[in-house]
Amino acid sequence: MPSALLDIDHVSKRFVKRPNLGERIAGLLGAGQKSEIVRAVTDVSLTVAKGEVVGLVGESGCGKSTLGRMIAGIYTPSDGKILFGNAPVAKVQGRRTQKLTTRVQMIHQDPFASLNPRIRIGDTVAEGPVAHNIVKGRDADAYVADMLGRVGLDPGYRRRFPHQFSGGQRQRIAIARALAMKPDLLVLDEPVASLDVSIQAQVLNLFMDLRQDLDLTGVFISHDLGVVRHVSDRVAIMYLGRIVELAPTAELYAKPNHPYTRALFESVPRVGVGRKDFRPIAGEIPSPLNPPSGCHFHPRCPFAGPRCKREAPPLAAIGPGRFSACHLNTGGTE
Amino acid sequence: MSDAVLRVNNLQTQFQTRAGVLKAVDGVSFEVARGRILGLVGESGSGKSVTGYSILGLIEAPGKVAGGEIILNGQDITRLKGEAMRRVRGAQIAMVFQDPMMTLNPVLKIGTQMIAAVRAHARVSRKAARARARDALAKVGIPSPEERLDAYPHQLSGGMRQRVAIATALLHSPAVIIADEPTTALDVSIQGQILAEVRRLADETGTAFVWVTHDLAVVSSLADDICVMYAGRVVESGPADSVIASPRHPYTAGLLASVPAEHEPGTRLPQVPGSTPSLANLPSGCAFAPRCAKAGPACTTTPPVQHFEDGRTALCHYPIEPVSCPPLSLTSTTYRSAS
Repeated sequence: MPSALLDIDHVSKRFVKRPNLGERIAGLLGAGQKSEIVRAVTDVSLTVAKGEVVGLVGESGCGKSTLGRMIAGIYTPSDGKILFGNAPVAKVQGRRTQKLTTRVQMIHQDPFASLNPRIRIGDTVAEGPVAHNIVKGRDADAYVADMLGRVGLDPGYRRRFPHQFSGGQRQRIAIARALAMKPDLLVLDEPVASLDVSIQAQVLNLFMDLRQDLDLTGVFISHDLGVVRHVSDRVAIMYLGRIVELAPTAELYAKPNHPYTRALFESVPRVGVGRKDFRPIAGEIPSPLNPPSGCHFHPRCPFAGPRCKREAPPLAAIGPGRFSACHLNTGGTE
Repeated sequence: MSDAVLRVNNLQTQFQTRAGVLKAVDGVSFEVARGRILGLVGESGSGKSVTGYSILGLIEAPGKVAGGEIILNGQDITRLKGEAMRRVRGAQIAMVFQDPMMTLNPVLKIGTQMIAAVRAHARVSRKAARARARDALAKVGIPSPEERLDAYPHQLSGGMRQRVAIATALLHSPAVIIADEPTTALDVSIQGQILAEVRRLADETGTAFVWVTHDLAVVSSLADDICVMYAGRVVESGPADSVIASPRHPYTAGLLASVPAEHEPGTRLPQVPGSTPSLANLPSGCAFAPRCAKAGPACTTTPPVQHFEDGRTALCHYPIEPVSCPPLSLTSTTYRSAS
């Protein structure tokens, strides 16, 4: 295996809701108010090799976006560390962080929110590289034209404002802005979720072309199993802050191991003829404020036993390159 | 079909704007029979939601239903206004919106809202209304419905709220429920639960559904029939299975082909080039022509006419031939991005 570009090592992220003044007074008077803690990501380890695309899949509240933001250096992990090319992301403050974070670029879900409506798109794309001396100010115009051309937009559009573009075009602009920083790693957070089906395919094709041309490394976050399967080399399935299964894409889709993965695959509607029977997963997604004990999936799992309630299963190897966090693989649920 | 509970015939909904008259819905026709689910599929701006709103008489100025007819249970409701429409809406036809928080009042208990909805159309006691609300909640698979009646909307999850919205729509056993992207905002595992529930409800209660969505996968696993809309027109319609198996219209074929799950991972996806046209500036002839790989000279000059064949329609000059083109045959065509 080639050396890891990104090394996520036992990372957790907690968000603490601090009590406000009134609640603090109530606490002093003996109301026993405690600060609420959301465990968004719990003890996640993952490596991404150079040139690899890893998909992060899960439902809302599973921590996939939080993990993505920690990789991009927007959030600092509460525990553990994220190494990028052997240097920690975000923990080093000052000039070094700046240098480092330009090498990781993020593309957000909503291209209507991620572009400044009052700035011409050419300036949006040029701002980063000029500020970080990737290009000189006088060459910026040609550089922007090149970037826009690369994402399939007419370079003549660079004097326009975001509202003059459709959703798919805006997402291309966001991609151009990220690429202009010459990043080593792209974090894509649901980049096609807000696009129409026919436009989705255009943006996915663009991503795959760019990946081939520029040897990009990426973390692709999505709730859409079909999209992730198409673009990723490996896929990590997350549930309530933990990775429950990690495997090379083809093997995962051919033979999912974890009960949650299997249930997820079965409840996804597919384009096909005559398939009218759903076998949806029972129950609701629990709140990350108050996750179930042991294995987080046990209240919804058809195979759950007493052990699942007691102890959380570790993410254990079940084959070459395959990991799954389930007691069924390690001695049963009794 | 004479057993249709809802028949929409040549519906025209237009919006008066500074740029001129926008034909958001331009000659849409379809019908739904008892207990059937019709999937109304299209991308943003295709007019699918406006069609739903038009049926319920929810189009407000500067928009208006400019033509066509909407027949519900044999009654023409196209030109019903005010109180007359209110008597129909909620009783014989109901709507479920994408965001259940749009339907539910955040400061009233679920029970209060549902009881009001019952008593808006039926002269029953509060107690009887409450019992009816509870039964409706149970019918959509909400556990311990009695307690839920005393809950506020914020105490329920997104999936539960959408179930409450569906239960409220079901209160008067309407002939038709129009559902506008009701599962789009939900997680896949919750969406699966709701789809299973809706299929069962349609089969058991005989309520027909018009399911407005952009998601072909949802439609293909839920609906009996499909209408594909593009730029305000129905470009293709027919039984879901046969439309999915062998689409006649190049747009439907392009949409189906661009679904990633159906392709070898890592390969280029066949894509429909360009983007949806602005209604203010529709091309003459076929609205899809500029994006269509099969477009010929007639497509840019003359509007296409409907092609009919056993229960299916296609609005195209050159519909895809069923024999020469096996399902998803467009997968072999690779389009280059044009924008």
